[in-house]
Amino acid sequence: MEFVNPEGLRLDGRRAMEMRQLRAQIGAVSKADGSAVFEMGNTKVIAAVYGPREVQNRSQQMSDQALVRCEYSMANFSTGDRMRKPKGDRRSTELSLVIRQTMEACILTHLMPHSQIDIFVQVLQADGGTRSACINAATLALADAGIPMRDLVTSCSAGYLNNTSLLDLNYVEDSAGGPDVTVGILPTLDKVTLLQMDAKLPMDIFENVMQLAIEGCKAVANYIREVLQENTKQLEVRRGV
Amino acid sequence: MLQSKVFSKRTRGGKVQKTVREVYLRDDLPCGAPFCKVCDTSKARLSPSASSPILIVDTNVVLSQIDLLENPAMDNVVVLSVVRDEVKNRNIAVFKRIETLCYNSTRNFFVFYNTLHKDTFVHDVSGESPNDRNDRAIRVATQWYQNHLGGQTRVLLITNDRENKRKATEEGISAETIESYVKSLGQPNLLDLLVKPVSEDVEMEDADALRPSKRKVLYAEHKPMSEITSGLRCKIYHQGKLRVNRYNPFEAYVGSESIGDEIIIYGRTNMNRAFDGDVVAVELLPQDQWREEKFLSIADEGEEEEEEDVHLAPNSADDALRNTNPPNSADDKNSVPCRPAGCVIGIIKRNWHSYSGSLEPLPMPAASGSIAHALFVPKDRKISKIRIQTRQLENLLDQIIVVAVDSWDRQSRYPSGHYVRKIGEIGDRNVENQAVLMENDICDEPFSRQILNCLPPLPWSVSAEDLANPIRMDLRHLLVFSVDPPGCKDIDDALHCTTLPNGNFEVGVHIADVTNFVHPGTPLDDEASQRGTSVYLVERRIDMLPKPLTEDICSLRADVERLAFSVIWEMTPQAEIISTRYTKSIIKSCAALSYVEAQARMDDSRLVDPLTTDLRDMNTLAKIMRQRRIERGALTLASAEVKFQIDTETHDPLDIGMYQIREANQMVEEFMLAANVSVAEKILKHFPLCSLLRRHPTPTKEMLEPLLRTAAAIGLNLDVTSSKALADSLDRAVGDDPYFNKLIRILATRCMTQAVYFCSGDLSPPEFHHYGLASPLYTHFTSPIRRYADVIVHRLLAASLEINKLPQIFQDRTQLTSIAENLNYRHRNAQMASRASVELHTLIYFRKRPTDEEARIVKIRSNGFIVFVPKYGIEGPVYLTPRGEKGDGEWFVDEQQQQVKKMDGSVSYSVLQSVKIHMEVVEPQPNRPKLELSLI
Ligand SMILES: [Zn+2]
Repeated sequence: MEFVNPEGLRLDGRRAMEMRQLRAQIGAVSKADGSAVFEMGNTKVIAAVYGPREVQNRSQQMSDQALVRCEYSMANFSTGDRMRKPKGDRRSTELSLVIRQTMEACILTHLMPHSQIDIFVQVLQADGGTRSACINAATLALADAGIPMRDLVTSCSAGYLNNTSLLDLNYVEDSAGGPDVTVGILPTLDKVTLLQMDAKLPMDIFENVMQLAIEGCKAVANYIREVLQENTKQLEVRRGV
Repeated sequence: MLQSKVFSKRTRGGKVQKTVREVYLRDDLPCGAPFCKVCDTSKARLSPSASSPILIVDTNVVLSQIDLLENPAMDNVVVLSVVRDEVKNRNIAVFKRIETLCYNSTRNFFVFYNTLHKDTFVHDVSGESPNDRNDRAIRVATQWYQNHLGGQTRVLLITNDRENKRKATEEGISAETIESYVKSLGQPNLLDLLVKPVSEDVEMEDADALRPSKRKVLYAEHKPMSEITSGLRCKIYHQGKLRVNRYNPFEAYVGSESIGDEIIIYGRTNMNRAFDGDVVAVELLPQDQWREEKFLSIADEGEEEEEEDVHLAPNSADDALRNTNPPNSADDKNSVPCRPAGCVIGIIKRNWHSYSGSLEPLPMPAASGSIAHALFVPKDRKISKIRIQTRQLENLLDQIIVVAVDSWDRQSRYPSGHYVRKIGEIGDRNVENQAVLMENDICDEPFSRQILNCLPPLPWSVSAEDLANPIRMDLRHLLVFSVDPPGCKDIDDALHCTTLPNGNFEVGVHIADVTNFVHPGTPLDDEASQRGTSVYLVERRIDMLPKPLTEDICSLRADVERLAFSVIWEMTPQAEIISTRYTKSIIKSCAALSYVEAQARMDDSRLVDPLTTDLRDMNTLAKIMRQRRIERGALTLASAEVKFQIDTETHDPLDIGMYQIREANQMVEEFMLAANVSVAEKILKHFPLCSLLRRHPTPTKEMLEPLLRTAAAIGLNLDVTSSKALADSLDRAVGDDPYFNKLIRILATRCMTQAVYFCSGDLSPPEFHHYGLASPLYTHFTSPIRRYADVIVHRLLAASLEINKLPQIFQDRTQLTSIAENLNYRHRNAQMASRASVELHTLIYFRKRPTDEEARIVKIRSNGFIVFVPKYGIEGPVYLTPRGEKGDGEWFVDEQQQQVKKMDGSVSYSVLQSVKIHMEVVEPQPNRPKLELSLI
């Protein structure tokens, strides 16, 4: 199938290195300590953060750092078939783990011993790149909750189809079965914290694809910073500072 | 600018699902006119002069008039992406051709992505069909062009859709039909290329001279697509690709996954206008009709009774005529398994393309310049004759031409098509060759610059780097030599054999290291992979790789250092393999011998030089290996290969004769087989799921039936339970004359299908078996210069030795499977082309030389028999009664004895009997020479 036409345009009109439109909204769940909705094109994810708070299960309490928990789920209406999916299937468990590990790596957990931070992420609409959108939403929600972090974590994916590296695959491109590299970075520290790929790629091409994904992460980071700054400004206005 | 596209889609399970897709509309897409002042003109491809109009074509114009569009008279065309996508969905062959046009630098075709442009994107309107929406999109784009180029040039919408044209005119767009546009160009010959409209869009002035009202309906209606899909789902219909029997065009097969068997389609009526290669939907006939149909297979065609020509004797079941004789009725009701028979009820995907052939001579020549109807006879017998209209009949009668199919309605016996181009005069060797190549889908274009750029610079020699490379063993000190047919320039294998101190032998097979020069993913590799194999015609060779590689850099010529990939065994004097090594190497061949030279050296007992001694040692080993192989059950099959001696100046054949096989041939063959087997073992061990292997399916009882019937008639008992049993009974089959055994072997060979390439992940190990060689594993490693399969195997072997990484394609089994399929297809076509070339030269040879020759009867017919002429390797009918007459029962066939007897019993001819025949070229119709065999 032709995913990139001879003019270099993808099926949805983007060029290879173009990202889908990003949208974000902070504070979507007022009950939570922090929350955010993050959209990458038609992929829409909501994240809510509770904590730091008391550890619910005493036996899990840690004396030197905070306990970070994460629950990922997918709304039944998020895909076209609206199929009821069992909770806790392998994919959700794996994704919960990935998100938890990624977020844990940037939260300054040692500042909050004996406490627990819960991150809930739910996919409202899935159109490829849910993994990245979840991480980006979680970052925003954590920031909104005012949880101390080393840096933002931002994520973006890139793939390789029709001999071209493509940034931010949508569902159609993702289901082509080609390689899909998801990268998460700490943009200020310039470090990679997450790297996943579920196919094989020659080394040189892989490096190229990964570099593209990193560029994507940086663009997401810039956008998230803007959103946070804008949010802070509004908070200032509300408080009358 | 962001837009959402919402549409409903039916899922695999049959549910309707709403799908939402984003579309990012752009403003940076150029219009393609070089004189445009707004857009980026760096990629503009349209005509630089504003004087010629810009043509915007709709989907149907591209689909039906692609031959016309390919004519340079049609130019300055904008292909909208909406049209491009639709063409791609509806006909991939046309799509490829239009793509070629769009990227041909000498043509002014430009793709405008109207569906992604912010000003030409159209929203769905409820109640509008996709077709209407697309038509509207085309009009919007045309309008945009008109406004965008601000009257600098004329923009013309070309559509044959009446409604679309009307709406366009209303909206102020200039629109024309393709006919009126072509007429306005004033080039009458272009009109021949025009496809006649079929549907209600008819705007032609002469709607065919054949008075449609009086024509009777010959074929059943094709079922509508919706009915087919639902029928397929509830398994009433079966889907598959139709394959027409190459030797009996009235019989076709559809391989169906749903019943796991082949469905036979007998006769044109049941084929219902399907072409070879079409994807069709088939309905099974009631079971009681499965057999009766067999008897009707030829009879129901009436006037179109099949004409059998003299042709090259088949080498395998793939070449052979299917047995169309009805089997003996009574006793074999349960012995012959019934295959399901069916009829085509709909065509899911057409495989129409263009075909080469000639026009059937007409009894009455038409007046020159006027429109004449003619029947086109394709060279490919699988294709039905095609009706065409032409204004230049007298110019075309003695020409080989190319014709494309347009339509086939229920009232016509034949499909209608249109003339595309001339290839040249019938009988001209180059022209006939061209036609053969085209028919077999063989590309003989010179290699492009891009491909030649992948070659190392000439003169090439082994570099110091190669010598220092630790993966490469320096074997220059060995006495390596090659043995090939005389004059062979692309030498891809060489051998060596030395005696070890322990009395064992070290034997090496050295194969040209082609993959050192052909790297995966390069244009050179892509081209070779497409070509699949070199093609050998009688007087010319079409290479898979460019000449500098085949004849110089890779060729293991004498006295030059060359890179090789070697398999080296230690063997006992009893030819038992003790160890096997695989390594890249550097060799220096000391002699490039011909088979005759090698044989002469071995036979000349006075010679005791090292080379000759090595040859003799190898020959001794080879004989033991061969013997052991035969004991295992390998079949020594025989085929009737002929060889021409060609006049170097006129290229006419001077002499033909059977190819003589010497011990030296068998010696080289034996070691090549051994190397292939060793490599197959090695690669399969390392890559059990993605090795490319070669298998030879065990022939079924049904396939061997013609052989058994013949054998039974002459009282010979053949045991076909295993290849070993067959080999033994073939050995025992010795008749009164020396040729008898060979003849039986030839008949056995032609009952079997050919070996095929496959991907090891697709089958289970018992299916890997190579029946003919009685080997559980086999592959091709020894001819990478002329076969792409060997190139793949070289890469696999190198990867298993950790010399190279395994290229990416091997991680994708579907891709590897499709590569194997392409290789089988190319291989088959290359063989068909070689055979056609030999047939052509046989005809040329006999044109001046009527000959009497000894022949053998191989098949009995009601009005004669088929003979095989061993000396020339050809086969053809000999008629006892003049053609066309039914013979008034003068002769009758005795099935049991395989005899044709005169009613009064005075004369009889039985199968395998030797007869004297006369061979002569006759021309029953002008420009249609054919070889005729008659009894003396
Ligand atoms: Zn423009």
